[in-house]
Amino acid sequence: MANLTLVQAINLALAQEMELDDRVILLGEDVGKNGGVFRVTEGLQARFGESRVIDSPLAESGIIGTAIGMAMAGLRPIPEIQFEGFLGPAYDQITNHAARYRTRSRGSVTIPLTIRVPVGGGIHAPELHSDSPEAIYAHTPGLKVVMPSSPYDAKGLLISAIRDPDPVIYFEPKRIYRAFREEVPEDEYTIPIGEAKVVEEGTDLTLISWGATVLQCVEAMDKLPDDLSVELIDLRTIYPIDIDRITESVKKTGRCVVACEAPKTASMAAEIATIIQEHCFLHLRAPVQRVCGFDTVMPYYKLELDYLPDASKIGEAVMQCATY
Amino acid sequence: MTPAPNAKAAPRLSDTLPASTVTKWLRDMMLIREFELRTMAAYQQAKIGGFCHVYIGQEATAVGTIAAVNHDDPVITAYRDHGHALARGMSSRACMAEMYGKTTGCAKGKGGSMHMFDKPNHLYGGHGIVGAQTGLGVGLAFASRYEWEVLNKGSKKVCLCYLGDGALNQGVFHESLNLAGLYDAPVIYIVENNGYSMGTSIERGTTMAHDLSVKAAAYGIDFIEIDGMDVCTIYDRFKPFADDLRERQRPGFVDLKTYRYQGHSMSDPQKYRTKEEVADWQQRDSIDRLAHLLLHRSDEPRAAAIAPSPWHGSLSEDAYKQMQKEIREEVRDAIDFAEKSDSPDPAAELYTDVYANPQPNLSPLREYHHGAKNPLL
Ligand SMILES: Cc1ncc(C[n+]2csc(CCOP(=O)(O)OP(=O)(O)O)c2C)c(N)n1
Ligand SMILES: [Mg+2]
Repeated sequence: MANLTLVQAINLALAQEMELDDRVILLGEDVGKNGGVFRVTEGLQARFGESRVIDSPLAESGIIGTAIGMAMAGLRPIPEIQFEGFLGPAYDQITNHAARYRTRSRGSVTIPLTIRVPVGGGIHAPELHSDSPEAIYAHTPGLKVVMPSSPYDAKGLLISAIRDPDPVIYFEPKRIYRAFREEVPEDEYTIPIGEAKVVEEGTDLTLISWGATVLQCVEAMDKLPDDLSVELIDLRTIYPIDIDRITESVKKTGRCVVACEAPKTASMAAEIATIIQEHCFLHLRAPVQRVCGFDTVMPYYKLELDYLPDASKIGEAVMQCATY
Repeated sequence: MTPAPNAKAAPRLSDTLPASTVTKWLRDMMLIREFELRTMAAYQQAKIGGFCHVYIGQEATAVGTIAAVNHDDPVITAYRDHGHALARGMSSRACMAEMYGKTTGCAKGKGGSMHMFDKPNHLYGGHGIVGAQTGLGVGLAFASRYEWEVLNKGSKKVCLCYLGDGALNQGVFHESLNLAGLYDAPVIYIVENNGYSMGTSIERGTTMAHDLSVKAAAYGIDFIEIDGMDVCTIYDRFKPFADDLRERQRPGFVDLKTYRYQGHSMSDPQKYRTKEEVADWQQRDSIDRLAHLLLHRSDEPRAAAIAPSPWHGSLSEDAYKQMQKEIREEVRDAIDFAEKSDSPDPAAELYTDVYANPQPNLSPLREYHHGAKNPLL
């Protein structure tokens, strides 16, 4: 066991998978010599050499295109995109190509690709450096989308993503890169993609979240009345979404609040609310509440905290839902 | 024929300009430098958030090129944009307040350091996505040509589209060069080639880095390379280039060799270059260079080597000191203004400027105000 931050857990998983499988290679802007903008790949080029940790020019479309080709040919590339906003130039390669090859080739071509992307707000960065586009990629058949909220999950999910035969977008909530440490086993382990986690069991209300907002939920729960028993679910995998865990919980509690940073309309929160009404209609005792970002461009830092769901907004929604 | 040993070279274009014009360039460059120094200090005091990329070292590139075009020629640039904004005529106050995220900023504090917009000054913004502006440059140029040629309005224009050397590697840039060449769009791509894109040197990131002319040639676009550390040279070379492209309504490509003295952004350990390299470039500082000429300190070999021009030595030490003082005061005032300006009111500003008309169903309109209940509940 080692006490690691999210960044260190990711770095460890990358190093261990590279050690185990020499088809695993990293590429991206400044990932080698500089160790990445957030220093996630620090030390890996020195350890594995320039042919396995490749500094690429500023060319997201080319980086992802190259990685897809590598994956087609049997390598296991892990490109890094520096911020979620820079997925834009690579969007065509990801959604029109990486996501579709298995179908397009009737299963003969497989794209074992893991795209690592820092995501979300809370670090006083401007738009394009603070966005939460997970729903866009969850809406793209052929892609898997994960977002850990803790160092332990980060390592296990990353190893699963790397070993997965299909393309995975691995979102890293940058706000909690170094926010706290957690015991992380030295040995390799996997956390299955597609499994949500019950962070805390409860009976009165289900609170669902993912990424950095999970921590806001924990904070909100600390301030709730003692007699309100809230079950907190960390989605961990955005897609394929863990319908069973969500519906089991909501059938038990009859109430649900979903919290995430993304703009509310057509967010994953909307999808979850729909799943709940499809599967739990007769169990519901209150409408599903969403605490999301607003339907606006992520604001500049002065208004960032007004935009992001925080413990007080989440707590308010939980109380409204609980007392409905 | 070799010139006689003591013959002076023919006067440069900039030598023929009035002293007031050249002094203004010096002032503009000094203003940008002082502005950026104060910006860095404010950032370090956490008064400025977001990301922040300063222009120190590159002042001559924006000042020298913008001086060579008309005020109504559109300008568009990347995220290292404070210098362009000031050179284009944005007030120090509006620029600083924007970085502070205050309502008095050029974009009401909504864009921040990377997104300086100033429509009245024909500045179409900084861009946080590297290379994004290169496509827009084609469109701005196309529209200006359309206005002149089809709508019979105004005169021939050129669009100045700035980019860093890192942006040379983006797909959109190559698409844009092709489009500009194809459409005869009068856009001039000005590569502010400071040798690095974050920690990647141009040699490590770009093919044919030693000769960018081949990239322009591939698209049939005129090319020049200029020493970006001397504002007079920039003007001398860029002005005829831009005039010609304006006349012919054709695109251009300029490789301006420059250097950023500071790190890429405010957190950059700069492991990718040596202190000696930075010091070497600082030796060629554009502000020092022009100040020497204007002050004509005759003991300076550099000034003596250049043919005298009417404005050489036209600036007195006293006037120079006065200028420094005024600039310090202007920037101090800008900081003061930014600090005293109002922060945006979330209830009023969070959901405005997303669409032209207010959208009643935009989520915060319904739910932002604290205490307001979800209509369902
Ligand atoms: C599409 C995209 N990819 C990556 C980045 C992150 N990034 C910001 S600036 C930069 C380097 C750009 O270098 P250059 O174009 O030379 O401009 P300079 O910083 O030297 O002014 C990078 C990689 C970005 N903003 N946009
Ligand atoms: Mg550069």
